[in-house]
Amino acid sequence: MKKLFILLARPLFDSVRDLAPIIAVIAFFQLVILRQPIPDLGGLLVGTALVVLGLALFIHGLKMGLFPIGETMAHDFARKGSVFWLMAFAFALGFGTTVAEPALIAVADEAAVVAAKGGMIVDSDEAMRSYADGLRLTVALSVGLAIVIGVLRIIKGWPVQNLIVVGYVGVVIMTFFAPPEIIGIAYDSGGVTTSTITVPLVTALGVGLASSIQGRNPLTDGFGLIAFASLTPMIFVMGYGMIL
Amino acid sequence: MELLQHFLLSLLSTVRDVLPIAVILFGFQLLILRKQISNLRQILVGFVFVLLGLAFFLEGLEQALFPLGKLMAEQLTAPEFLGLTDGGDGDWKHYFWVYVFAFAIGFSTTIAEPSLIAVAIKANQVSAGAIGTWGLRIAVAIGVAVGISLGVYRIVTGTPLHFYIIAGYILVVIQTLFCPKSIIALAYDSGGVTTSTVTVPLVAALGLGLASNIPGRDPLLDGFGLIAFASLFPIMSVMGYAQLSEWRARRARMNNERS
Repeated sequence: MKKLFILLARPLFDSVRDLAPIIAVIAFFQLVILRQPIPDLGGLLVGTALVVLGLALFIHGLKMGLFPIGETMAHDFARKGSVFWLMAFAFALGFGTTVAEPALIAVADEAAVVAAKGGMIVDSDEAMRSYADGLRLTVALSVGLAIVIGVLRIIKGWPVQNLIVVGYVGVVIMTFFAPPEIIGIAYDSGGVTTSTITVPLVTALGVGLASSIQGRNPLTDGFGLIAFASLTPMIFVMGYGMIL
Repeated sequence: MELLQHFLLSLLSTVRDVLPIAVILFGFQLLILRKQISNLRQILVGFVFVLLGLAFFLEGLEQALFPLGKLMAEQLTAPEFLGLTDGGDGDWKHYFWVYVFAFAIGFSTTIAEPSLIAVAIKANQVSAGAIGTWGLRIAVAIGVAVGISLGVYRIVTGTPLHFYIIAGYILVVIQTLFCPKSIIALAYDSGGVTTSTVTVPLVAALGLGLASNIPGRDPLLDGFGLIAFASLFPIMSVMGYAQLSEWRARRARMNNERS
């Protein structure tokens, strides 16, 4: 127990520093601008302590578990040399981590409400359910595809900006044809798909691949997977809004 | 006791989120790669740390910071506070504190965002220290802060979202042409990592609160879009940061040569 504490002392201190800005902002607005007492100060302190501890544990676990396994698997795939299985893995990782993502489930449900209100689908629970599920699968599919394209880019060494510009053009074109009600949700869906566990894993995968393939630079080629994963959902969600 | 029960529920839901990922990782490892995982013990312990850490983190956020942050977003966007009740004309300048709040909450939640910390650690490692973790995180946080403030301005004025986003894209493309090549991929990535666990719930509450209280706005149509701003502006700020550091390095080099 004592050993664990010494191990965590440094990360704990870092977490306190990471969270200090939020505490300062909330305290300033609550006390100075809104001029109201802080409700349930005890609960707030306990909660903050939990957040600090949680962040410290997470960062520690990240360095011990998530980063190493992401990189090791990338090296092993590169050594195995089977592009097919690497692609299958990339797709599974993108699809599997997105389909159950809580933030996405929330956005899909809200989108169904908007669609029902806008008269795009029948205003019934069943229609909204199936609309939300369809949307969720669409986004997960698009993230799977994004990681596949991103991994292919690392293997081939294509410059990241060319693909991103193509994606931007795609988003702009879709914006002109998609129903206006869906645009806000589509744009937001790009940001919510990448969760706290997906990001470190996918980053480690990209960096690991780029450093095990000859001629690739881990900095210029290894990053960029997340960028694709936040771009394709926008295009796919607008497409989904157009078809239905 | 209630606290413990609540925590166990939160742990359970984290396990449910991590399970598909673990199945994919270990499935491919055992069936396709068929290789012993080196340091298996260490990796499993790491996973347990990640699980516990995330559960504590989410539990604490939900108990303490989210309710208060959401309450504040509601209070700051309440008609009484905005001066909309006593015949205010709803001019965008009435919302001064809302902009300050949007900026401050965007900046501070981004600094605490775990996935950004992860990317910053990796970028620091890969660039052999050339990209500082704090430099990157502060650049991203400033981008999110500016993005969310501008997004709030858009909700207040009711201008169409896609004009802003398309203009942003054009700026990003122009910046890409002039920016050091090594930072481009990382800059694009930083757009996607900024908005997850901490930022989204607070920012969504702010957007919905504004859109439901400002006359003429529909929360369903105008409440969205803040996240899109928060994922676009960090791309610009990170590239800007890279351009600035390159320019400073060049100037320092020139000064050295002269003396």
